[in-house]
Amino acid sequence: MACFLVSAAEAAVVKVVETVEEKKEIKAEASGHEHTEEVKIPLSRKLKWLNALLLGGAVLLMFEHVWHGEVVPWFPFLTAMSNAEDAAEMFHEMATVGVTMALLITAVWAVMCVVADALVKKSNEEVSEKA
Amino acid sequence: MTLLITVFAAIIATYKWYTRKDDTMQLGILVFMYWGASIMWFVDAIFEFAELKAEYFTPAAEDMLNDAFLGLAVVALGLVIWIVRLLITDPKGSVRAALRRQA
Repeated sequence: MACFLVSAAEAAVVKVVETVEEKKEIKAEASGHEHTEEVKIPLSRKLKWLNALLLGGAVLLMFEHVWHGEVVPWFPFLTAMSNAEDAAEMFHEMATVGVTMALLITAVWAVMCVVADALVKKSNEEVSEKA
Repeated sequence: MTLLITVFAAIIATYKWYTRKDDTMQLGILVFMYWGASIMWFVDAIFEFAELKAEYFTPAAEDMLNDAFLGLAVVALGLVIWIVRLLITDPKGSVRAALRRQA
């Protein structure tokens, strides 16, 4: 009904955090605090991945809802909002399916970050061994 | 069916991203978009399975056709978003070069 809205909302929050983090990293780099020979994946880049997963998924799911006539181009945009019973069902779906979707995407992203960090660490070790 | 088609699209996009020569084609956006949608539809499928049980695996032919059609439309939409973004960001400068020639 509108489960994609939970992921879209999380994507908006992640975008704000990503922008703040990116500014911090640029500042830190300019002041020379974080200059090391080791390659590291910045948090802002990882947050970009999460944002792309959440937003990409939400856009394609929104299309599915348009396909099924659950999202319409006129106010209130969600057909379930036309009566209280459907609205209650929609909020229930958002709280169950929507939240689970957002949580699973975040969990997959977290695993992805751990694996990416491990790969970068291994690559750093290989480079330092060769040197 | 929509989930299956999106998962296959995600796998193909990931394979193309892995075997890319450089980043100019911006395949990462496709990879994230299709995997994001696949995860979300996977959750949807779990909830549907919990409700329908074994019946989930025996959909009506009409529903399956509609879902397949939707899956293909979703893949097409993902490709449209990717190509529009590629043309706007124009990392190879091809669009700008073409516009300069026409001007």
